[in-house]
Amino acid sequence: MRPEVKDYLYEQYHFKLRLGFTAFAVIGLFVLLAFRFFYLQIAQYAHYQTLAENNRISLVPIVANRGLIIDKNGVVLAHNFFVYTLEITPSKVKDLEATITGLSQFVEIGALDRKRFNKFRAQSRNFESLPIRTHLNELEAAKFAVNHYRFPGVEIKSRLFRHYPLGKLGSHMVGYIGRINDNDLVGLEKSDQLSNYKGSDHIGKSGLEQFYETYLHGTTGFQQVEIDADGHAVRVLSSTSPTPGDNLILSADSKMQEIAETAFGNRRGALVAINPKTGEVLSFVSMPTFDANLFVDGIDVDNWKSLNDSLDKPLINRPLRGIYPPGSTFKPFVALAGLENGKRTPPFSIQDSGFFTLPNSTHHYRDWKPGGHGMVDIQRAITISCDTFFYGLAMELGIEKLAAFVSHFGFGRLSGLDIKGESAGLLPTPDWKQRRFKQPWYQGETVITGIGQGYTLVTPMQLAQATAILANNGVAMKPHLVSKIEKAITGQPLVIAPLIQDKIAINAENLEIVKRGMVNVTLPGGTAASIGANAPYSIAAKTGTAQVVGIRQNEKYNASSIDERHRDHALFIAYAPAENPTIALAVIVENGGHGGSAAGPIARKVMDYYLLGKVPEVEAAGADKKPSVSTARNNAPSPEELHD
Amino acid sequence: MISKLLKPLGKHIDSFLMTCLLLTMLVGLFVLYSASGQSFERLYAQCINIIVALGFMWGAANIGPTKLERIALPLYVIGVLLLIAVALFGSISHGARRWLNLGVMQIQPSEIMRIAMPMMLAFYFSKRESKPVLADFAIGGLLLVVPVMLIMKQPDLGTALLVAASGFYILFLAGLSWKWLVGGIVLFAASTPILWPLLHDYQRRRIEILLDPTQDPLGAGYHTIQAIIALGSGGIAGKGWLNGTQAQLDFLPERTTDFIFAVFGEEFGLLGILLLLLLFSLIIMRGLVIASQAQSTFSRLLAGSITLTFFTYVFVNMGMVSGILPVVGVPLPLVSYGGTSMVTILLSFGILMSIHTHKNLVAN
Repeated sequence: MRPEVKDYLYEQYHFKLRLGFTAFAVIGLFVLLAFRFFYLQIAQYAHYQTLAENNRISLVPIVANRGLIIDKNGVVLAHNFFVYTLEITPSKVKDLEATITGLSQFVEIGALDRKRFNKFRAQSRNFESLPIRTHLNELEAAKFAVNHYRFPGVEIKSRLFRHYPLGKLGSHMVGYIGRINDNDLVGLEKSDQLSNYKGSDHIGKSGLEQFYETYLHGTTGFQQVEIDADGHAVRVLSSTSPTPGDNLILSADSKMQEIAETAFGNRRGALVAINPKTGEVLSFVSMPTFDANLFVDGIDVDNWKSLNDSLDKPLINRPLRGIYPPGSTFKPFVALAGLENGKRTPPFSIQDSGFFTLPNSTHHYRDWKPGGHGMVDIQRAITISCDTFFYGLAMELGIEKLAAFVSHFGFGRLSGLDIKGESAGLLPTPDWKQRRFKQPWYQGETVITGIGQGYTLVTPMQLAQATAILANNGVAMKPHLVSKIEKAITGQPLVIAPLIQDKIAINAENLEIVKRGMVNVTLPGGTAASIGANAPYSIAAKTGTAQVVGIRQNEKYNASSIDERHRDHALFIAYAPAENPTIALAVIVENGGHGGSAAGPIARKVMDYYLLGKVPEVEAAGADKKPSVSTARNNAPSPEELHD
Repeated sequence: MISKLLKPLGKHIDSFLMTCLLLTMLVGLFVLYSASGQSFERLYAQCINIIVALGFMWGAANIGPTKLERIALPLYVIGVLLLIAVALFGSISHGARRWLNLGVMQIQPSEIMRIAMPMMLAFYFSKRESKPVLADFAIGGLLLVVPVMLIMKQPDLGTALLVAASGFYILFLAGLSWKWLVGGIVLFAASTPILWPLLHDYQRRRIEILLDPTQDPLGAGYHTIQAIIALGSGGIAGKGWLNGTQAQLDFLPERTTDFIFAVFGEEFGLLGILLLLLLFSLIIMRGLVIASQAQSTFSRLLAGSITLTFFTYVFVNMGMVSGILPVVGVPLPLVSYGGTSMVTILLSFGILMSIHTHKNLVAN
């Protein structure tokens, strides 16, 4: 068929026909809309007017019970209970000041309550109901109820409150919840969770409460309520029950936590204990701690100041965010790096005369022992913590090979623990220094890296994880605090299975040399002999001391003559039983002095409890006095132990 | 003197259309002031949007339709390439990949498509020597479907819908036979079970909640329920400007953008709504008149599509706010807050004016 030639007149006619049709369609659809508006605004006007007037209470969200946090023995670390709160909806109140003054005749309202109320007001919308007083007792609640009619817009509500029964114990681990702020709202909106938080005032802010928020929160239910003109509920039209949040079961033991925290006394520091075979974290201690209950209800200014301004920095999560030079606890990993790279294989030994010098330099890198240790092989170098040996080893190995090897043990990277805000520490390389300081790497810096000084920084968590990896023969398990997540109603558990993060190929003989050296540390002649004394199980360990301030070439470090906060940090890593380890740990006592004497005894108490079920005597005697600052020691330390 | 200066400036501006547009935008500014909680900042920002958009409109009105015809194909090709670029390297915000970062600025290529699509299809059909046959509509359909799919994938259902509508109107006005039209609708209805799984979770949810908003009264259905309460409680005369309780007490979500019509309906009532509908009707009727008087196939089809797409904006927005259509994220044209949609809309009206005022110069 021959294609038809365009007939412009016909085409125009046809086009106008179609256009005319669309014009009718437009009018028709607009009329349809107008009918819809007529229906809504005239026919259903009364209905929607009522709804609009009572809008704020026509749908009542029912907040789900937040999941519990329970230790491995069933001890509750976080739970909820109901309290009466007196709440004001500012948009329903004509004269707020007069109302609050009126209320204070029946219920005590302090300056702090008012301050907090004003803070909430500034952060929230006008029609939200805000607490002016919490924790009303029965008498106050009754007094107000009788006079309720005088205070429109004021209600008594029964609210679920979060409570941490053990208070200060393990507060960095458990964390706390706090009122939802604008930042949280943005996060909730992004994760499409906003509707689930209608009616929720709180959200996890730190620790496990924050990390497992989605599990703990549960699903909000709601009630559709018919209301009368005064805004009182007449009857429930429909209701959907909330689903309570899941319970968290930890691998930590609150008794062990208590023993560790008590052992620290009022010293600052951190302890992390891990089961090297599973990655379960057995203890997570950050000292000093704080009472998490202070935060739940919005912390008041005075408490906040005293916590935030304290020189002890109790709010810092030390195991995750505290970064320290590893000191001599770094040596076993350096030794392994040397052995694996074919340097220093026994019977290689050095004659240590107390210092090390680089070729073409006069600078003395001093050993802690003036005069030196004599003949030292690699195993003995670990046992007696010979600095000179490791200076030379590090130099010969070179910083790149050293860093590459030890990074397998988790240094310089996040451990992946189930708490947010972890610091990655620092494993320095020449590349890093060039980027950071625009300076080349000096060989002297390699030398001191060999003994864990210089730029290297670790968190207690990393140190514990590295020890666990060593104890588990190079198999790195992903660390986690929560061992099970349990459905609140059915009790159906979701078990967090052990997960292998990494497997380091290490020659068994080399591993044995290092491990043997570490076992000897706690035997007579080692730097922590007193820690191993009378232990019915064998302990592999390494002591460490990290300089806080530099000491000049010819100066002598004298602990008693310098300010307490400038004293060295004491470090201690250990695992036990050495032949089949079930616990690996790292302890840091800030400004504690020497690792063996300050940090070691804490580790021993924790291991004694974990392996033998032994509770330290001070507590067993039931004495509730504050633990003494100095740690009890069974044996007098040998001179060897006062250094490392 | 001044009028003499203004005369060449306003040579290509259609005064009737311009008056209706300005009136509608003025109403919009009043509603915006109320909806934003009496924020002068918002008002000021919207005024800037309007001024910029008017500049674009003036520019478009002064470009002749023949020039537009020449850039139709390149604009379309660029638009499709940019959409592909978005799918590959676009930046994600709020779970959707819509923006393309060009270093100096971010652009949303799907907005270009709103203009490029009707221009391209109008261009295609104007180049057919013979009466368009089924093969032409098939090619036209392909030109339509590819960018629409790309936009749907981002996902941006609202824009995809409007781009699809603008292209569909061209096919319809170019004479797509009723047989195929009805057949296509039946085919689409039959294919919903296949398309359903292709939609995003949130899009499916929106349709489910449209059918029954009570399903999720705290979440997605909240928008619709609150908007309907706002509208219904407005009554005949409304609660008065700045007095809408739903709007002022923060119950209405997105009340300066997609849901601004609910604020309007609450504060100005049914009478206000009917007046606004009248304004929109005048704009649309004027557009249809311009289309019917246009002299070339290209300008005729383009003018018709622009006008009907504008109608689609209005209808879909009002329909979604009053709960008879799904919430797809389409703003109320000339009223909702936002610079991009203001520019696209006024630009398209500029094209309409250009078509109307240049017609004596076009040789048929």
